[in-house]
Amino acid sequence: MDDRAQRVIDILIHSFWPILKAGLEFTIPLTLITFVLGLILGLLTAFARLSGIKPLVGIAKFYVWIFRGTPLLVQLFIIFYGLPSVGLTLKPLPSAIIGFTLNMGAYNSEILRAAISSIGKGQWEAAFSIGMTKAQAMKRIILPQATRVSIPPLGNSFISLVKDTSLAATITVSELFQKGQQIASATYEPLWLYIEVAVIYLIFSTILTYAQSKVEYRFERHVEK
Amino acid sequence: MINISHLHKQFGDLEVLKGIDLNMEKGKTTVIIGPSGSGKTTLLRCLNLLEIPNQGEISLGNYELSFSPGKKLRPQEISAFRKQTGMVFQGYHLFPHKTALENVMEGQIVVQKKSKQEAREKALDILDKVGLKNRADNYPHQLSGGQQQRVGIARALAMDPEVMLFDEPTSALDPELVGDVLKVMKDLSEEGMTMVVVTHEMRFARDAADQVIFIDDGVIVEKGTPEEVFEHTSHNRTRQFLNKIEEA
Repeated sequence: MDDRAQRVIDILIHSFWPILKAGLEFTIPLTLITFVLGLILGLLTAFARLSGIKPLVGIAKFYVWIFRGTPLLVQLFIIFYGLPSVGLTLKPLPSAIIGFTLNMGAYNSEILRAAISSIGKGQWEAAFSIGMTKAQAMKRIILPQATRVSIPPLGNSFISLVKDTSLAATITVSELFQKGQQIASATYEPLWLYIEVAVIYLIFSTILTYAQSKVEYRFERHVEK
Repeated sequence: MINISHLHKQFGDLEVLKGIDLNMEKGKTTVIIGPSGSGKTTLLRCLNLLEIPNQGEISLGNYELSFSPGKKLRPQEISAFRKQTGMVFQGYHLFPHKTALENVMEGQIVVQKKSKQEAREKALDILDKVGLKNRADNYPHQLSGGQQQRVGIARALAMDPEVMLFDEPTSALDPELVGDVLKVMKDLSEEGMTMVVVTHEMRFARDAADQVIFIDDGVIVEKGTPEEVFEHTSHNRTRQFLNKIEEA
């Protein structure tokens, strides 16, 4: 029994760095890159939705409908395993980045659209009344306020994203979870290894939650509670 | 200065302005009074094209625009026309993410492309004029309603408008805060600013107006000097309205 415990402890200690390293090398970059790209795509989609230009509104709605209405896992499989059969072969990491970005973009566009719409008509009119164009009003007056409104929900999707990147393991990205899986099957200690994986995810998401609360505070400080 | 003729504005089936003809001279203060729903705010909002009239003409300063159904104005036309006006809103609509000073600097920097330094100096001067230089670094939520409205006036003045438009500027204020705002407006009027004011403050209308317009149900019922409208009106509707206001 003591030997067993010692063995498990040894495995956990020796596996900790490789798993964490996989997290730092793949999980975190994948999260950050797709979050930024997903934010840009979400903003463009939100603008398209709010543009009032019919074809743009239609495209934006269709895109959001598809990517919110189907499982992320299925989207990743179509991109990585499906597209090669029509001649489009992507490496695992680019596939993951594309899949997560498209998925994030759909969700973020709804968050941003709601945030932009939540800023009252009076703010637009005040901006127009001092001679601003629509674009200037959006950039200087509406977006800064919408950003504040959208930070809590965007923070949530950011933290979900960290955990969702574990799905990239299914399309052979050697990220945190896949590393854990490999070591678990090599050592026959799935319980302890997966707990270790969970703990590392927990560390990541705790740090990010803390960072999110800092950002929220920064944006809220000038606003009446 | 301002010439309005045959102005019509419709929201869906509801005709809010039914042919308005009106002249306003440079340097004069025009006060528009009338019951709620009479179209007075819509008329004011037509003057800076926050509402686009369906028919008629407006000439203001250097620009003359004519409106007809189906005709779309170009954004540049709207913007050039609008730049001649400054507007003060009932609900202030200050930019909540900017300080009082930044609110007054914003248009100068973004629209007039002035340097920050230049914009700041002018903003401080104007804030001083409305008695709020010492609150320059406060955010709107740190100011009282009356102070916010004075920042609103300063923000509009900073753009050097030909005409200042006031949309019920004191209606949202606690009674004890109304005086400060009216004082600023009266000073402006006396300095020769061209002003169009929609208000329920009859004292202000009596004291500061050169011309009072009574509007009801989308038409101008009466126009004249404050004395003509308040003391010697021959119109029943005007008298009824004034009686109601005085009872309140």
